[in-house]
Amino acid sequence: MSNETPRGNNFDHWLDSYAARANTLSVSEVRALFAVVSRPEVVSLAGGMPYVAALPRELLEASFDNMMTERGNFALQYGGGQGDLRLRDQIREVMALEGIHASVEDIVITTGSQQGLDLLGGLFLDAGDVVLAESPSYVGALGIFRHYEAHVEHLVTDENGLDPADLEVQIKALRAEGRRIKFLYLVPNFGNPSGVTLTEERRHRIVEICRREHILILEDNPYGLLYFGEKPPVAMRSYEEDCVIYLGSFSKILAPGLRVGYVLAPPAIRDKLVLANESALLSPSTFTQMLISEYLEKSDWQGQINTFRGVYRERRDAALDAMAQYLPNLHTTRPDGGFYLWVTLPEGIDSKAMLPLAVTELVAYTPGTAFYANGGGHENLRISFCYPTPENINLGIKRLATVIQRQTDLLETFGNH
Amino acid sequence: MIPGHQKGQNLRIQVLAGGISHERDISLKSGRRVADALIDAGASVVIREPDEDLLKHIAEDTPDVIWPTLHGASGEDGALREILSLTAVPFVGAGADGARLAWDKSIAKILASRTGIQTPASVTLPKDTFRELDAESVLAQVARHMSFPVVVKPARSGSAQGVTIVEDPAHLSRAMIDAYVYCDVAIIEKYIAGTELAVTVINQGAGPMALPAVEIEPTGGHFGYDERVTAGEVNYYVPARLDQVILDKAAKIAVQIHDELGLRHISRVDLIVDENGVAWFLEVNVAPGLTETSLAPQAILATGATLSEVYLGIAEAARLGRG
Repeated sequence: MSNETPRGNNFDHWLDSYAARANTLSVSEVRALFAVVSRPEVVSLAGGMPYVAALPRELLEASFDNMMTERGNFALQYGGGQGDLRLRDQIREVMALEGIHASVEDIVITTGSQQGLDLLGGLFLDAGDVVLAESPSYVGALGIFRHYEAHVEHLVTDENGLDPADLEVQIKALRAEGRRIKFLYLVPNFGNPSGVTLTEERRHRIVEICRREHILILEDNPYGLLYFGEKPPVAMRSYEEDCVIYLGSFSKILAPGLRVGYVLAPPAIRDKLVLANESALLSPSTFTQMLISEYLEKSDWQGQINTFRGVYRERRDAALDAMAQYLPNLHTTRPDGGFYLWVTLPEGIDSKAMLPLAVTELVAYTPGTAFYANGGGHENLRISFCYPTPENINLGIKRLATVIQRQTDLLETFGNH
Repeated sequence: MIPGHQKGQNLRIQVLAGGISHERDISLKSGRRVADALIDAGASVVIREPDEDLLKHIAEDTPDVIWPTLHGASGEDGALREILSLTAVPFVGAGADGARLAWDKSIAKILASRTGIQTPASVTLPKDTFRELDAESVLAQVARHMSFPVVVKPARSGSAQGVTIVEDPAHLSRAMIDAYVYCDVAIIEKYIAGTELAVTVINQGAGPMALPAVEIEPTGGHFGYDERVTAGEVNYYVPARLDQVILDKAAKIAVQIHDELGLRHISRVDLIVDENGVAWFLEVNVAPGLTETSLAPQAILATGATLSEVYLGIAEAARLGRG
């Protein structure tokens, strides 16, 4: 009889083989609850899915036909690691709308700007490095920083965006502790999840501080062209070329399924990005790049962005109206563009703990905790108004009000623990 | 189709998966795994959502058997099974009555207790009780009555969602709130330290049979939701590393519960064995998880049979009205 200790089955026979950073990847109960949003009975105010139905299908069909006729053999072939030259040239026109004038040589096409962020994380972040970010900050970026074992420090952020005074204080404090700061990560226009836009005056101060302190700014700008009234201030990259890395995307102004984004970086960083991109992908999808290039060449793409603006403006209005109607006492941001409201709940209510109740009531939102790396955000939730119809937004927020009332009653019953 | 597994060649099965519940994702995974195994056995399988078109699909397709792999309220509280029993199509698993009795853990505990099976002392309280009788007084009464630690859990929920182990009476109210977001009734149960076991009972037409018990050893000490769905978080031992006398007792309890509640083709009984070798009944599941990390498939594989063979046997038993 063997004296060997019986070995259990843990369903992962390679558990001992993973890199340490694999521990940064985990499933969560919240993610599981989101499985219900695919049911039509559930109003999802959770995901930030662009309303692609507002994009006339024939526009892309015509682009597809042109592409296959004129460049089909190239579209189906490998491409370069930096991305298609014609598309990079056209991206200059897109960025010009944000005040940026750049060389095609400094643009790198990526598989969504998310991959651009990942490449930058891989190039710059060592374990323990610090990334400075807004409070709250984009969940997808936090995931990348966590995966590269960086430490995110959230900075004070108000209705005018990130506070430069706190930026200075935190830089000093962190450096006094011997910490190494690599990035300041910002979504300056209609931020995800806050909906807040960084003021022009603060942009200049932040650039000045980061230039002086030798900190790279990651200016992530997927929503800048989706303004509902006045245009937001021009991009920081338009007046600072050396310490700003700019990330753009076609996900919100065209379609996320194409997975095309881009990075505009100083030349030395650009070189490394191209090498990293080649290492990761060989080349970003030639097919979708050329499809977008045809679309930009032949379609009224700016008119289409205007259509999107109208759709999202109507939905933002529906969301704010419903908040005023059903939850008039809650504080919410009032974004002038983008996809999101950031709501502050009554004292004591935990948005993450309340989510199962919301699912029971057939409404879903994103708990504020998703947007903090430090455990914060329990008292907040994000409402995405981009995808549901105005009628469903109203219904969803009405249901949300019921959920919050039930949770308030429960907390009052137990003395607001 | 895998050669040698053609017995189910003429069997047409609808697997129901998804639904609106907190366990929808697990249900979808279970449904796909069951469908894969049945297809390997030669059956013709479609996976359906229990939605507004379900009854129409059943009427049009007239499957030989329906297999609900729906977890959470819609699949386990008896409602859907009641409707299925009104169709002419046989279905796998507990009928509506059995599901109702098992779905409410407090009811299942009462029934287990009445048949002489030990179950941890508990208090079952609807949310409204706290509002009507003053929460502080009720909690104080509970704290005087119970010895800590206790386990607070929703009376009707699954996959350990909303479950908290409370060491300190001061944390009881927070745990109650976390349970009540899943269900309006919560159970406060004495915590029993020991070895967690899951005993799957199947009936392929020849009577209920307990499969080898699966021992659960969470690497972090807690078998919560995340541990249940993440490979690597838990070590499972089949058969469990306990004395055979204890395992026989656990098997007997599981079959007894299965019979008492009338759970027909498949169920999973969760037990905990304390340091004295006493097996305590915790709950019984009429729609046990059948995903790649679930307990019931491990028990089946430990018998030397394949999932295809056993699932086909269960489906056939349901079709023939056996079990």
